[in-house]
Amino acid sequence: MTRKKRRLYMLGLALLGLGAATALTLTAFEDNIVFFFSPTQLQTQDIGDRNFRLGGLVEEGSVSKLPDGVTTRFRVTDTVHTVAVTYRGQLPDLFREGQGVITEGRMINGVFQAREVLAKHDENYMPPEVADALKEAEHFKANSKDQKPSS
Amino acid sequence: MHRFANPARFQRLSAVVLPWTAGATVILLIVGLYISLIGSPRDYQQGDTVRIMYIHVPAAWMSLFVYVNMAIAAACGLVWKHPLADLFAKAAAPVGAGFTFICLVTGSLWGAPMWGTWWVWDARLTSVLILFFLYLGYMALVNAFDDPQRGTRAGNVLLLVGIVNVPIIKFSVDWWNTLHQPASVIRMGGPSIDGSMLVPLLVMALGFTTYFVTVVLLRLRAEIVQRKIQTMRLSEAQG
Amino acid sequence: MAEFFAMGGYAAYVWSSYALAALVMVGLLAATLKALRGAETTLKALEGSRPPRRRRQQRNGAAASPAAEVGEG
Repeated sequence: MTRKKRRLYMLGLALLGLGAATALTLTAFEDNIVFFFSPTQLQTQDIGDRNFRLGGLVEEGSVSKLPDGVTTRFRVTDTVHTVAVTYRGQLPDLFREGQGVITEGRMINGVFQAREVLAKHDENYMPPEVADALKEAEHFKANSKDQKPSS
Repeated sequence: MHRFANPARFQRLSAVVLPWTAGATVILLIVGLYISLIGSPRDYQQGDTVRIMYIHVPAAWMSLFVYVNMAIAAACGLVWKHPLADLFAKAAAPVGAGFTFICLVTGSLWGAPMWGTWWVWDARLTSVLILFFLYLGYMALVNAFDDPQRGTRAGNVLLLVGIVNVPIIKFSVDWWNTLHQPASVIRMGGPSIDGSMLVPLLVMALGFTTYFVTVVLLRLRAEIVQRKIQTMRLSEAQG
Repeated sequence: MAEFFAMGGYAAYVWSSYALAALVMVGLLAATLKALRGAETTLKALEGSRPPRRRRQQRNGAAASPAAEVGEG
């Protein structure tokens, strides 16, 4: 019985140590696990002339196709700050105004030159009729404003 | 606890339970497939690709559920030397690995048209890939020793070390900026998924769970018979 | 019907997801059943090939009930 108890305590202690070590490591690496920066984070962090990912919402009414047919221009916003983006290439199917987007590229003369554009999906799933009904009731807009990233 | 540790008792009990879990699996998966593919609407943003979710999300839940069960069994095996606990972890591992594989590939098949990429190294996708490697590592480790007892002990330690990955997977979408979307069903403030899409998700998840129980019971039976063959051969060799 | 199989233009993604899941789950079940059947036939063959032990047990008056027999595993 005591041997079983001892094994149990040893196991508990080992798990506790392991958990603490992982928590510490994750806190230390927190900045490196961040997949993208928001426009507001760009204001405070000096990223310099290197590749990084920019994430936020595609600003309503900001998307325009240039005459060449392959270049798209839009603005990424986190409702506080916005960044202008240009991108040459195929856009993902979920790319919409007002929806989340993550782009990879670098800043050139204050404009983000995107090499890759990924659409970010939110946690809302519903049939089109429900979305329409919500929109009509004007609840939709209020809802999506509430759910914007708080960072 | 030790009432179920008796292999003979387990063989009798599982023979009673198996027809029920197998039957439930068949019914749940047929109903689930019908609702997923025909009886549910398109998503307002994703269109028909939302149907991939009815495979992807239950598989993701199962990959975590199976792992947690294996880790609990590993703790029971290490502390109480429970004979069936070690066998359970061994029997469940390939099923868990299978679910993780389904989760990863279907996620990729959804991401390609929707996100615009098959794969990104964000915190959620990377931590699930690590879970897949934990399953594979466990299976390799258990079979790597000549002495099966040492193999299961090493495997049990790996399972318990790997348990830190489980909360990381679950909360990765909240703790860090990820491409992967946040939780829709198990989250504060209730599900953010319409009822017509929640039903197929839950039916499929139930079907996957009964499938897991069925296959693990069958695998445990096979393991127990295998052990019996080993002891018989051993006693025969000793004359 | 054609519309159902087209999946709104995402047929390749949707159907390969379901096919893969079916392949993995059915394959795992088939492998499990095969292993179980194989082990059971081996066990039967082994048990059939050593009747002397059973006779010895009966002579010694040991309880040779089926449950005790299964329980030795």
